[in-house]
Amino acid sequence: MSIELDENKKCLLKTQGLTLGYKKGEQSTVLFENLNLSLHKGELVCFMGPNGIGKSTLIRTLAGLQKPLAGEITSTDKANVAIVLTDKLSSLSMSVYDLVAFGRYPYLDWRIQFSEEDKNIINRAITLVHINHLENKKLFELSDGQMQMAMIARALAQETPILLLDEPTAHLDLNNRVEIMNILRKLSRTTDKSILVATHELDLALQTADLLWLATSDKTIHTGIPEDLVLDGSFDTIFQFKGFDLKTGRVDHEIHRGISVQLLGEGFEVMWTRNALERSGYQIQSGAPISIELVNEDKKLVWKVKKKDVITSCYSIRELLRSFSD
Amino acid sequence: MGETVSAIFGGRGSKWHDIIWEFRLPRTLTCILAGIALASSGLMMQTLFRNPLAGPDVLGLSSGASLLVAILILGGTQGAIFLSELSLSPWGIALAASLGSGLVFGLVIAAAQKVKDNVSLLIIGLMIGAAAASMVTALQFLSKADDLQAFVIWTMGSVGGTGWSEINVLMLVTIIGIIIAIGSSKSLNTLLLGENYAQSLGVNVQRSRFLIVFSTCLMSGAVTAFCGPIAFVGLAVPHLVRIILSTSNHKILLPAVMMGGASLILFCDILAQLAGRSQSLPLNAVTSLIGAPVVIWVVMKSRSSKI
Repeated sequence: MSIELDENKKCLLKTQGLTLGYKKGEQSTVLFENLNLSLHKGELVCFMGPNGIGKSTLIRTLAGLQKPLAGEITSTDKANVAIVLTDKLSSLSMSVYDLVAFGRYPYLDWRIQFSEEDKNIINRAITLVHINHLENKKLFELSDGQMQMAMIARALAQETPILLLDEPTAHLDLNNRVEIMNILRKLSRTTDKSILVATHELDLALQTADLLWLATSDKTIHTGIPEDLVLDGSFDTIFQFKGFDLKTGRVDHEIHRGISVQLLGEGFEVMWTRNALERSGYQIQSGAPISIELVNEDKKLVWKVKKKDVITSCYSIRELLRSFSD
Repeated sequence: MGETVSAIFGGRGSKWHDIIWEFRLPRTLTCILAGIALASSGLMMQTLFRNPLAGPDVLGLSSGASLLVAILILGGTQGAIFLSELSLSPWGIALAASLGSGLVFGLVIAAAQKVKDNVSLLIIGLMIGAAAASMVTALQFLSKADDLQAFVIWTMGSVGGTGWSEINVLMLVTIIGIIIAIGSSKSLNTLLLGENYAQSLGVNVQRSRFLIVFSTCLMSGAVTAFCGPIAFVGLAVPHLVRIILSTSNHKILLPAVMMGGASLILFCDILAQLAGRSQSLPLNAVTSLIGAPVVIWVVMKSRSSKI
């Protein structure tokens, strides 16, 4: 009973029998059917699914920008939700500060006068995503990653309990993708916001999300924590991986050389050595006739290959692989 | 100088008093009002349609006005005597132009309620304009040389044909238009982010769009009615002002384009009168001739600015 009360307190948004899609005259295209979902305080949810399944439409529907075909969304005022969409802005000649300041618009009248409090909130939002140095830059001067940060700051300045982001890491390099996901994760912790991120980037979602929503091909959404979904095989059925084993997190390699080696040692060095050997078509097997041992000699890493009692020392993985192909 | 002041405030009857009150002042006021109305309409259209090439004439208003004026001037001699009488008075032309803009305005507003996005609305406006323009071409082809000349002169734009009663109407319409425009600055700003963001920031996009289109149609319709289709000002002034002020905030842009538009038309009208001596050049010839190089120069000079 007490758990249930706690649940209710933390729940910010709930959908009941939500069906969404597009209506054109009498015909309607249903993208998702009968969804019962909820968003909670301080939780980062990643919404995953292949491109074109309707992630953006769900985000827009949850944000109140589009009417659902059926069902209900409880507790969303438009005022409760801030969004970061994939829409292109039509004017890039404003400064980053001006863009973030748009977050305060719902609280202003037609004169658009910012109070001291508004200015503090704008500055705070800029600081939260670490873009203080960009404040006076024009939007057309920003990189894609910086632009995305500015858009997130704008949404933060709206001070809403819920934040919905549509593909915020699309078109960004790895570094920026990781930074954005880390910032979102931190925000969900420090500001107690509920954050929903639509993405199709599996690796990042698995490592940052508290909860995953998986869009399935039968127009429903399967929810669970990332680890459970990996182990129960939900991902494999939905994404239909080709040559990738999610449970081990590795790409399948063909053992085309037909040679087995034994790998001894510990640490991440062993992991990368294994990676290189498997990629090159060797099978790693304990008790194999050839053995490779990683040892530290004078603070230097050495790969010692033992083959029919002959020991050769290699000083890099490249050297190691060469010694095999000889 | 002193003579001018005494002529303005002095008693009626003096020659200078009449020139200033009956000729110079109405002309100047018309320039100012037309500039304010056209430039702010252009700014609003460019923002609403997210298109730097949009202007008050893209919604087809000028074409609608041209069509009815063409019917009046060119059709007058095709039999309908009552039309030819109307076409002789400036009020008749103004009435026809207002009716034309109003007709297109009605169509555009109806379309605005139906279509969801602004690009579709822009296309509809352009198509209505194209259809009206082609009918005007057909009428021109069928008409007599004298009527054709009268019509072509109207299309060249003029600020010299307005008396005080016309100015009162123009002033009233412009004031209503700019009140709506300034009241819409907040929604105009949010439209820079796109309709989805505008909506999520609490703006009623449908209603704002109606108000913006309404105010534009009202202002550019009235100017076209009294001055003919004045080209270039609505398109160019917003660009010039944006580049010079380096802002996209409509709270600053709107008053600035109003001043810019008024100054540009005044300046062009002075040039038009200087060049022609006894008869002034058509306004449209001057606005484009002066404005186009200026815009090119400003755009080239500020390579870092994006429109």
